[in-house]
Amino acid sequence: MKDPRTTPFGAAEEADLRALALRVREHILGMATNGGCFIGASLSCADILAHLYSRVLRVSPATVRDPGRDYFFLSKGHDVPALYGTLVELGFLEARRLANHLETHDSIYWHPNRAVPGIEFHSGSLGHLLSVSIGVALDIKLRGGDNRVFVIVGDGELNEGSIWEGCLVAQAHKLDNLVLIVDRNEFQANVATEDLIPLEPIDAKFRAFGWSAMTVDGHNFAALDRAYQKLPVEPGHPTAIIARTVRGKGLPSIERRADRWFVDFTAAEIEALKRELHGEASAELTSETLMVR
Amino acid sequence: MNPTYEETLLSIAERDPDLVVMTAENRGAIRNLPGKLGARFIDVGIAEQTMIGAAAGLALRGRTPVAHALATFLTLRAFEFIRTDVGIANLPVKLVGAVPGFLSDGNGPTHQAIEDVSLMRGIPNMQVYCPADRAELVACLPTFIASRAPAYLRFCGVEPAAPHHEPFVAGKAETFGTGTDVAILTYGFLLREALSARDRLAEQGIAARVVNLRTVKPIDEAAVLDAVSTCRLTVTVEDHFLTGGLYSIVAELLLSRGVTGRVLPFALRERWFTPGRLAGVLAFEGFTGPQIANRIQEALA
Repeated sequence: MKDPRTTPFGAAEEADLRALALRVREHILGMATNGGCFIGASLSCADILAHLYSRVLRVSPATVRDPGRDYFFLSKGHDVPALYGTLVELGFLEARRLANHLETHDSIYWHPNRAVPGIEFHSGSLGHLLSVSIGVALDIKLRGGDNRVFVIVGDGELNEGSIWEGCLVAQAHKLDNLVLIVDRNEFQANVATEDLIPLEPIDAKFRAFGWSAMTVDGHNFAALDRAYQKLPVEPGHPTAIIARTVRGKGLPSIERRADRWFVDFTAAEIEALKRELHGEASAELTSETLMVR
Repeated sequence: MNPTYEETLLSIAERDPDLVVMTAENRGAIRNLPGKLGARFIDVGIAEQTMIGAAAGLALRGRTPVAHALATFLTLRAFEFIRTDVGIANLPVKLVGAVPGFLSDGNGPTHQAIEDVSLMRGIPNMQVYCPADRAELVACLPTFIASRAPAYLRFCGVEPAAPHHEPFVAGKAETFGTGTDVAILTYGFLLREALSARDRLAEQGIAARVVNLRTVKPIDEAAVLDAVSTCRLTVTVEDHFLTGGLYSIVAELLLSRGVTGRVLPFALRERWFTPGRLAGVLAFEGFTGPQIANRIQEALA
C-alpha cells in the first residue's frame, strides 16, 4: 500500500481514485435492486473507503491475516455495499460474489461479516466496533506493534452511549494508534441528524473527550490525504476525523433525500441510475425507502 | 493454605502469555493483580459494554481475556455486546460475574443477577460454570480458561461446606450419596443448604442424594436423567428466577428424552428477593437446609 506520508498525491492519484470510486458506486447500484440495500449511506462513504484502502491502510489481499497489518472496522455496517465494492476493486474479494448479494449460499448481505474476505468483523448493531477497535489497538500496544486501527462510524451512530464510553476509555489508554472516522452525511435513518439529536459541534466533543479531531471534506481526496498525513496527530491521543459527506453522493436524484435511505429499485431504475452516475440526466424514480428497515 | 482465585489466575497467566485480565473497575477478587500483571491488567472503568467489545477485539488478536464485573451489570448492561461481539464471533472471552444470585445479599434488586444463567445459556456455544465454593472455583478455573468457547463463570468464593470427592470436569456433576427417595439438584453456594437438607432428611429416614452440577451448560444429562428415573422426587435448588434456569434446563431435558418425573423447584417466582444479610435472605426466602428438608418431607408425605 502507498503511504500518504511518503508518497505524493497528485493529479494522477486523483484521477485513479475518481475512477475507483466510480466503479465502487457502480457495484453499490448493482446491490440496490432485487432486495435492495442501504444506498444513501453506502454512497456517502464510498470516497472515504476508496481513499482509505488505496492510500492509507497498510493491508493487502496477501496480508489479511498478518498481525502487523492495519485494521479496518466498519461500525456503521449498513453501508457495507461500499466496502464490498472497494474490496472487489482492490482484489480482496472475487467480483463474481457480488452477484450473490442476499443469496443464502453466500455471505454477502446487508451487514458485514467475517466470512467475506477482507472484512475483519461483523457489525449491524450500532455503537459496537469502537470498543472492538479499542481491544485490537490495546493489543497492538501491548505487543509493541506500529500498526494502526481505523473505524468508521455514522453520524447518527454518535447517538449511542457506547461511542462516548469508548471515547473515554480510548483516551484513558492513550490509544494514539486508533483513528475514528465519522461519515458526517447529516442524516440518520429517516431524518436529518440536526432535526432529531443535534450533534454539532462534533470536533469539539471529541476534543473535550481527550481526542485529536479534524474536520475534512469526505469527498475531497486531496483533503483526506492531507488529514491522514498528520497521523498520529498528537502522541498519546486517539484521532477523530469528521468527514463531511453527502448522503447519496454521486446520484443527484438520491442525494440528501430522506426517502432514499434503503431502496429496492427496479431493474429499469438501476439502468437509469447508472446513466445518471455517468453524468446523464437524473433518473425518474418511483421506488422509495422501505420504512420498515 | 489452598490458593485463592487470584493466585490461581496469576499462575495461569504466568504460564499463558496471551491471557489478559480485564475489569470494569470491579477489583474485589483481583486486587493484587495490577502490580503483578502490568499492562496485561486492563481496567476500563465503569464501562461494561466497552469492556466486552474490547475483550472481543483482544480475542481477535489471539488473547484470552478474563473479564470481571458484577454479575448483574456484566450480563445485563453488556448483554448485547456479549451476544453480538463475543457470541456471534464465538470468541474465547471469559466472563466472571461477581456476587451472583443471593450473594448480592443486602444490595437490593438492582444488583440481583438472578437471570444470568438464563441469559448466558441462551447464547450459542456459551458455557456456564457455577462453582459451589472457593475450592471448586479454583479447581474449575484452568478448564474455564483453557476451553476455546466463550464462557461465563458465576463467581463463588465461599468456604466449602464439605470436601469434594470428584475432580472437576466440565459437564460432569459431583453426586453426594446414593439415596433414591429424593434427588436434590443444585449449583453454586446453595450446595451447602442442599447438603444440610440431606442430613436433616436422613434423620427422618428419608434417603437423599445431592447432585452438585458444577456447570449447567454443558449439563450432566446422565446424572439428571438417573436422578429423575431412580428417585421418587427430584428437587431443583437455585438462586435464580424459575424461568430459564436449572428447573427449565431439567424440564427441557426430560421433554426431549420423553422422560417424566416429579420435579419440585426452589427458585424465585416472578419477583426479586428481599435484600438483607445472606443468612436472613435464605431464611426469609425459604432456602435454608431445614426449610428445604421440610418442603421435601411434605412433598413426599
